[in-house]
Amino acid sequence: MQNTSLQPGFREQPHTADWALEVWASDLGGLLQQAAHGMYALMQVKLSGEPREAYRVEINAADREVVLVTFLSELLYFTQRDNVGFDQFDLTWEEQRLTAMVEGAPIESIAKEIKAVTYHNLEVRETERGLEATIVFDV
Amino acid sequence: MIGLDSLKQISDYEWEIPRTARGDMRVPVRLFATRELLEAAFDDKSIEQAINATTLPGLVGNVIVMPDMHQGYGFPIGGVAATRFPDGVISPGAIGYDINCGVRLLGSFIDYAAVKDQLDDLASALNAHCPSGVGSKGAVRLSEAELNQVCENGSKWALKKGYATEQDLRRTEERGCLDGADPDKVSDRAKERGRAQLGTLGAGNHFIEVDVVDKIFAEDAAQAMGLREGCLVVQIHCGSRGFGHQICTDYVQELQGAVKRYKINLPDRELVCAPLNSPEGQAYLAAMRCAANFAFANRQILAHAARQAFEVVLAGKTPNWHLPQIYDITHNMGKIETHAIDGERVKVCVHRKGATRAFGPGSPELPDEYQTIGQPVLVPGSMGTASWVLAGTAASMERSFGSSCHGAGRVMSRHQAKREVRGETLRRELEAEGIHVRAGSLPGLAEEAPQAYKNVDAVVETVAGAGIARLVARLKPVTVIKG
Repeated sequence: MQNTSLQPGFREQPHTADWALEVWASDLGGLLQQAAHGMYALMQVKLSGEPREAYRVEINAADREVVLVTFLSELLYFTQRDNVGFDQFDLTWEEQRLTAMVEGAPIESIAKEIKAVTYHNLEVRETERGLEATIVFDV
Repeated sequence: MIGLDSLKQISDYEWEIPRTARGDMRVPVRLFATRELLEAAFDDKSIEQAINATTLPGLVGNVIVMPDMHQGYGFPIGGVAATRFPDGVISPGAIGYDINCGVRLLGSFIDYAAVKDQLDDLASALNAHCPSGVGSKGAVRLSEAELNQVCENGSKWALKKGYATEQDLRRTEERGCLDGADPDKVSDRAKERGRAQLGTLGAGNHFIEVDVVDKIFAEDAAQAMGLREGCLVVQIHCGSRGFGHQICTDYVQELQGAVKRYKINLPDRELVCAPLNSPEGQAYLAAMRCAANFAFANRQILAHAARQAFEVVLAGKTPNWHLPQIYDITHNMGKIETHAIDGERVKVCVHRKGATRAFGPGSPELPDEYQTIGQPVLVPGSMGTASWVLAGTAASMERSFGSSCHGAGRVMSRHQAKREVRGETLRRELEAEGIHVRAGSLPGLAEEAPQAYKNVDAVVETVAGAGIARLVARLKPVTVIKG
């Protein structure tokens, strides 16, 4: 599981029982997008072409870790409720508030279920790649 | 950095990390492990996570770690921690997302040799009767009012609806219902997810397995439980499905703010917690109990479905195809219990994550038939390997808050398992060993390959050697249903 040819990106990290996903991007919006792409890649979600569906997500968060976990948890909730996956994101993060339009399509196939997005050792760090974080998913 | 040389060896099966090993530890860590299992534990973060768990406010005694330990998130899998009631904390992350994930064991009078040729049909029937796999939905659809009843009554709801017997409830931990569940403390999202998922197995490491009783080690206990050498038994491993996952997600989020309000410093945000007597702690406890009761009802409905499958395939072909319950235990739970600590009876909240309750003989919580032998402890092995039935002991009450191990414990990541094992090859190998397999996903099957887990025999040898459980029977798989 790797997407390192282009910046930003994501990469699966070893974890004994669950899944760990390293993500990086130049800013928080990019980091959220990569995390979402990585999460659906881990679940091996394949979307059907049509119909395209859009959802609005708004999150007030005290810090970047909270917005990251909350955003992914929101997507997982929609995925499990409506059998929809997302592949396009329009995100704005201003004054501790995320406003997002996320777009996707019904899921044609899915190999694995993620139970939850965890805060385990979660830290959004500033590095030469911009922002980085490693997210652990309970599976 | 803590290494093996920092640990104090108590016996061949017990080790201690002293409270002084790291500045923020509130209590020591006691690990039940052989040297070999302990050395393997240093390959991942389970030891570090156990030390992190010792920072929870209000802990009493030791943080306990079982030999099937492995890295989880926040709290290690195989961990047990007790906090003083009511001023200690409760931590959703120390219980886990799959609240009351657990195992149920059904016994039988069915002789394996007599029905060997029916097992493939039985595998198909179990697969048809017990919905499994990613996003699976159950035959039982609940209105919100009915879901609230499940939350409050657990297996008692199932009894009223005809899915259970009185004996099933008597032989379920807490009789299948925790008091104090409050559906008003559960989010609409959790309820929405729960309504369609009652009576479903799910995916991941959840399974239904038919085993044959391979060897009896304690005649008295086996007789009391109804385990007979050469007869079939059924294991059901699952939990509270999306309902519990959402409740834990909601409260881990909610308590991110609570730790700041209560000025609690933690090394990992997944360990967020709140005092048991705070509004936040009380709300989580009431919601967690709803998920626990949902899971008891879930396993009860699956047991009912398994009984139907056995009837369809075996009625008229064997004298008695019924499946009386032996016991049902939980793996991921926070429970208010009273334990002896330094000679004093103390009311505590015992967090068990990937660990089972293992109460000894004479515990008032056990049904009459198990009073002299102790609580049945069910330890599923990895797919294709042995599982074990143990019994709780007086020593488990004294040394591990009445707890024992819960399974084999992973050693290999899912990614590595899929790289090293092909699902189709594994299925052929299992079939060649006479194990009938039904799997929703072959890559999912590969993730659960036996080589991805520790040797369950070494795990149970450790808890038996340490005296916190005793061996009752070994089970050998003959049919596996996986989501």
